[in-house]
Amino acid sequence: MSLLRVSVWRGGASGGFQTYEVPRLESQTVLDVVTYIQRSLDPTLSYRFACRVGVCGSCAMSVNGKARWPCRTHVAGVAEDNRIEIAPLSNLPVIKDLVTDMSRFFDKWAQAKGQFYGTRTRADDFARVLPESRQRQAVDAAIECIGCGVCYSACDVVTWNPAYLGPAALNRAWTLINDVRDTARAARLAAVAGDAGCHACHTHMSCTERCPKNLVPTASIAGLKRAVAAAALKGEL
Amino acid sequence: MKNDFRARNHPAYWAFIAHRASGLLLTLFLPFHFWALGQALHGAEALDGFLRWTDYPLVKFAETGLVLLLAAHMTGGVRLLMLEFLAWRDWQKNLLAIAAGASLVAGLAFALNVV
Amino acid sequence: MNTRTQVLLWTAQRASAAVLALCVLIHLVTMIYAVKNGLTAAEVLGRTRGNTGWAAFYALFVAAIAVHAPIGLRTTLSEMLGWRGAALDLLVLALGIALALWGWRAVWGVFVV
Repeated sequence: MSLLRVSVWRGGASGGFQTYEVPRLESQTVLDVVTYIQRSLDPTLSYRFACRVGVCGSCAMSVNGKARWPCRTHVAGVAEDNRIEIAPLSNLPVIKDLVTDMSRFFDKWAQAKGQFYGTRTRADDFARVLPESRQRQAVDAAIECIGCGVCYSACDVVTWNPAYLGPAALNRAWTLINDVRDTARAARLAAVAGDAGCHACHTHMSCTERCPKNLVPTASIAGLKRAVAAAALKGEL
Repeated sequence: MKNDFRARNHPAYWAFIAHRASGLLLTLFLPFHFWALGQALHGAEALDGFLRWTDYPLVKFAETGLVLLLAAHMTGGVRLLMLEFLAWRDWQKNLLAIAAGASLVAGLAFALNVV
Repeated sequence: MNTRTQVLLWTAQRASAAVLALCVLIHLVTMIYAVKNGLTAAEVLGRTRGNTGWAAFYALFVAAIAVHAPIGLRTTLSEMLGWRGAALDLLVLALGIALALWGWRAVWGVFVV
């Protein structure tokens, strides 16, 4: 039986990597490795997880430098020379070990007006949303985001520009811009425009590269750029 | 935690680096380029004094480099305009390869003519 | 700088980029041709002096550069050096004006004088 040498970040903003030896098993995931460390080697290790099957996004962390879901990452797919490095997500303050403070991530979601605003009541008729319409297809392509933070962690513009809203918040805003029932279009376009908004995206596409649900925030942000430019030129911004 | 090259090691990111680096270098080069051409204001001899430098192999090499930078920045920029303004399609991923190829063609054509 | 101005800057950057794509393509082709046929001042100025069509083209080229480069530099400097605010905006504006003036001076020297 071979042993994995696993480097895990311990501490807060300052700290260091601690190495653990974990028995290597067939079909083992990186989350299995972290769980083994915490249960059998070092109960002081802090980390988040919930579903452990790739539907909740809670376990998002950095494995060998790349933001991903350890529950969906096979050790065999990432371990080179029986070594793995596990660290908390980038671009977020570290609370302890592998746990980050995601407040700013969600605050930016709100700043981008990433919530639905409607005016219909139960007394009104149902809204009609045609599934084949161009707008609904744009929404469908981007709606599956569960706010795991991987894209935000992967984005270098978030690192270089602290005010940048980030791919997830902007992606959500795009789905709402295309939602025919939403009534806050003008305010939302204003919220996502400018140096801290969609215009700061340089199409690095790290978000798209890393999204565990294969979403394309880059495309959503490009859509926002077009929508905002059109509004600005029409004097609506 | 900060992202390092492991997170950045993918084609679209290299394209960004090439685009930013070429843009910066071209911005640094342009004032010099405008000054050199402005020498024509002082007559043909003044311009010739400068143009004679272009006979040196090192200068020809630098010129080829500049052509590559300009072609790379332009083709990379056209790629960005397509990514931002056209509806998203799968073939856009190949734009990077096309941009890189086109720059190299331009650079090669220049090098072959100048040598 | 308010949001609307930032959006208009972005739009100007993309618009000037589209103009430059065409200008650069033409410039590359003509340079490859020019280099082939010799680079002495007499030969160059023989082709360019008094040529109003090309003068207009290069005047437009310079204008597009004077819009495009400063806006790009503004973003690059703010991301790489953390500069923000009026100082940066004034610096790149100054650069834009300088590029326009030097550039049009060169166009004058090569195509008109």
